[in-house]
Amino acid sequence: MMIGAVLAISVALLVFLSPTAGAQDDGQSINGTLQYKDDSGERIPVEGVEIVLRDAGGGDLGSVVSGADGTFSLELPGAGDYAASIDVESIPAGVSLRNPDKTELTFNVVDGQSKALAFPMAAGEAGTQEAVSQSAIDSLLRLGMVGIIFGLIIAMCSIGLSLIFGTTGLVNFAHGELVTLGALLTYAFNVGLSWPFLLAAPLAIVLTAGLGGLNDRLLWRPLRARSTGLIAMLVISIGLSILVRYFFLWQFGGRRNPFRQYSLQEPLVELGPISLVPRQVVTIFLSIAVLVAVALVLQRTRFGKAMRAVADNRDLASSSGIDVEQVISYVWISGGALAGLGGILYGLDRGINWDMGFDLLLLIFAAVTLGGLGTAYGALVGSLIIGIMVQVSTYWIPAELKSVSALLVLALILLIRPQGILGQKERIG
Amino acid sequence: MDFQSIIVNALQAAVSPEAAIFALAAIGLNIHFGYTGLLNFGQAGFMTMGAYGLAVPVFAFGWPLWTGVIFGILAAVVFALALGAPTLRLRADYLAIVTIAAAEIVRFLVRATSLSDITGGSNGINGFSSDFYDLNPFTESIKFGPFSFLPRTMWAIILGWVLVLLGIGFCYLVVNSPWGRVLKAIREDEDAARALGKNAYSIKMQSLIIGGIFGALAGMMLAISTGSVQPSPQDLGPPKTFFAYAALILGGTARLWGPVVGSIIFIALLQFTDGLIRGAQSAGWIPEWFISGTEVGVMRFILLGVGLMLLMLYRPQGIFGDKREMAFDV
Repeated sequence: MMIGAVLAISVALLVFLSPTAGAQDDGQSINGTLQYKDDSGERIPVEGVEIVLRDAGGGDLGSVVSGADGTFSLELPGAGDYAASIDVESIPAGVSLRNPDKTELTFNVVDGQSKALAFPMAAGEAGTQEAVSQSAIDSLLRLGMVGIIFGLIIAMCSIGLSLIFGTTGLVNFAHGELVTLGALLTYAFNVGLSWPFLLAAPLAIVLTAGLGGLNDRLLWRPLRARSTGLIAMLVISIGLSILVRYFFLWQFGGRRNPFRQYSLQEPLVELGPISLVPRQVVTIFLSIAVLVAVALVLQRTRFGKAMRAVADNRDLASSSGIDVEQVISYVWISGGALAGLGGILYGLDRGINWDMGFDLLLLIFAAVTLGGLGTAYGALVGSLIIGIMVQVSTYWIPAELKSVSALLVLALILLIRPQGILGQKERIG
Repeated sequence: MDFQSIIVNALQAAVSPEAAIFALAAIGLNIHFGYTGLLNFGQAGFMTMGAYGLAVPVFAFGWPLWTGVIFGILAAVVFALALGAPTLRLRADYLAIVTIAAAEIVRFLVRATSLSDITGGSNGINGFSSDFYDLNPFTESIKFGPFSFLPRTMWAIILGWVLVLLGIGFCYLVVNSPWGRVLKAIREDEDAARALGKNAYSIKMQSLIIGGIFGALAGMMLAISTGSVQPSPQDLGPPKTFFAYAALILGGTARLWGPVVGSIIFIALLQFTDGLIRGAQSAGWIPEWFISGTEVGVMRFILLGVGLMLLMLYRPQGIFGDKREMAFDV
């Protein structure tokens, strides 16, 4: 029905671009060799390491242990998407993954394919090669810089969410899917159709903006007209989020892929311990420019004034002649565009996969609540704090637990200042 | 396509331990959401507390299984206090945001490699449930007509549904007590309840704890029936919470039997569509490029999303619900 039209467009865009392939056949398998080079450059096989295989839905498909020559292989039930994760615990002492964060590979297997998997390994314990040469301040500066970039990306995504909340009261759980959509559409154009990234990205942003607007027009506006309760709408947005997210998984598979361009770059700027590749520099300047533009629109234009008026008091705004529904429509369109851009930048930074938006959503929520629900500037401040917190905390805690610090800050802020850093007291009710 | 076996499988799923797990989780959500109006989106977090509370003492310290039950319930109480303290004075959506985030954080924690001596890391914990299965009186499969249950499954089914019935009995007593009426008063108008001298914050906290304990029981039941705890999204992540919500809303919120009937129908429905898709695949009606063998599992999530939306749009009171008894206005 209403969502039908939104989906129909996405289906049309996605299905024919989908990389999933052909008919069933026997003989799919995975294989690989676990080995590392010792000091003399000789290849030493790694024995007894367990690799666990899962299907696209996360179901366990069994595991395999590398043999004395370091090789492993496992039959697959059919073509499709899989994830293989290496059991870090089973790696013998004195050997470690070259990239300790990369314990899981997601991949697609077409019929009859024997897929080679690589888990690059090195001598020594995880991270020791790098850590030796870096002082504490250098590491913290570097992590802080990564955190600022991450915070700017979160800010892109969270301003839309916050403005939508401010103008309609809806806590939109499906906002993360707009983020994913921006990245996936760019990926489809850039990799699927081999268009240049600089053409694919703007087009994806326009489409995401359009789908954001359509989302409001076809689903949320009729619900508001029916005066559906906010909690009911929240549950509906969760339903929409699950539907769209697993639709992405179905069409794109469970892999994490980079864009065709700009994924491997040499550092452009080197400032002491901080080195930035060109895409990071572009991300910083582009997002600052966009955020300044958003602030100018909010402060200086009639539309921005109208938007703030609606967020402040909907009935008063309506009775002073502001077309509230039109303002909300524009908020959704610009929120969609910002989320799409955020998704593309996030994808540039760490690759694209089907639930990247949902992963980010928890941090977006933390940022928006931290800054003050419903305020655009609060979302910005909250995002930067969350981004920096999450990255810098990895200096002390394992990287796999970095989101924990963000949540602890959130809980603390809610205890001390529940309206958030820039929020107004009456909003928390 | 073998319709008979698809239907038999669906009916068998309706009484499976899985249905009992969802029923327990949904009973907890019914106390939170149905009766008190608390938007807890972290029921999976409470389940994690129960499942790991049960398995960790056996796995890490070699203690008997029954000690795990106590730890599971204690962990859920602590989790509820930690969640409730910063959020229960605030508007409902704050609780929603914090609970969903906290549940994920808990899952990240138990999955962490650095804690794998205690929680088993990403492999989870296996082989802790032998104390329970040693008591199993069934030695061979139980057959009723076309249905057949393994002895282990039968034993887990009995435990699960006994827990569900006890839970329903408890709910019946609690909801019709003076305390239960205060819960509903808070749901309808918190300010009015406060004006009458009720400590809304404390009562909401009690509701969060009690519903959370049901979540923990669901988690323990999950751990016992599968014989393992896995920190995967399917087992203990947000989808689990959303499935339980869908079951609750389908049956009817703020209704005694709503969560149970909802879970039974929901699980049977999921199994039925799963069977239908697989059957249509093997009959060659669904081409491989459209839905591949490994993608059938994804379909149930898409169905969950569509189902949740349609329910809220067209029948938010579910099968047995009463629109006047809803925590949300539609």
